[in-house]
Amino acid sequence: MANSSIAKKNAAAPEISTISIVAPALGWLIPGAGHLIQKRWIRGGLLLISIGAMFVLGLMMNGRVYKPNGGDILDILGFVGDLGAGGLYIFARAMELGGGPAARATADYGKVFIIVAGLLNFISVADAYHIAIGKKP
Amino acid sequence: MNLSHFSAALLFALFTSVVFGITQRSVAREQIRYGLYCFAMFIGGVFVAGWAMWLLRR
Repeated sequence: MANSSIAKKNAAAPEISTISIVAPALGWLIPGAGHLIQKRWIRGGLLLISIGAMFVLGLMMNGRVYKPNGGDILDILGFVGDLGAGGLYIFARAMELGGGPAARATADYGKVFIIVAGLLNFISVADAYHIAIGKKP
Repeated sequence: MNLSHFSAALLFALFTSVVFGITQRSVAREQIRYGLYCFAMFIGGVFVAGWAMWLLRR
């Protein structure tokens, strides 16, 4: 009884392979790259364009890029969202983009665009992992 | 860059729907359908919220 339940559990567990680690990691660093590396060219390209455009539009609207912080809970969540964009976030921080004052109403939209781009990339990373383990075609 | 509220909402809906369509469905046809459904829901939500605010303001 116990053995059969363990066997079932093992059968359901996904097999860890190199691609199941590399694809999500690369997908986080470059949006869509997790799909591209698995030869899902159209999906990867569309994800790259959509997430990349959202992040860039956010920056062009003077959106705020959150830094690591331990203050207000919304600031912490903003940082977690931004971090999802991976390489785009690292690039924006390295270039010191998105640090200006929110002088216009569009800056608030820009902040949301940047956070949502990061959150969408988290979903994209999970999708790349599901493809890598064979859970999704 | 100075986008209007509506054009910002339109771009947001477009890009978000593309990602939702790709990630939430497996087959290409279903992905397109779900992406269009999400886009329609986003834009519909914008109009519903807009009219609701207009009514509240009166």
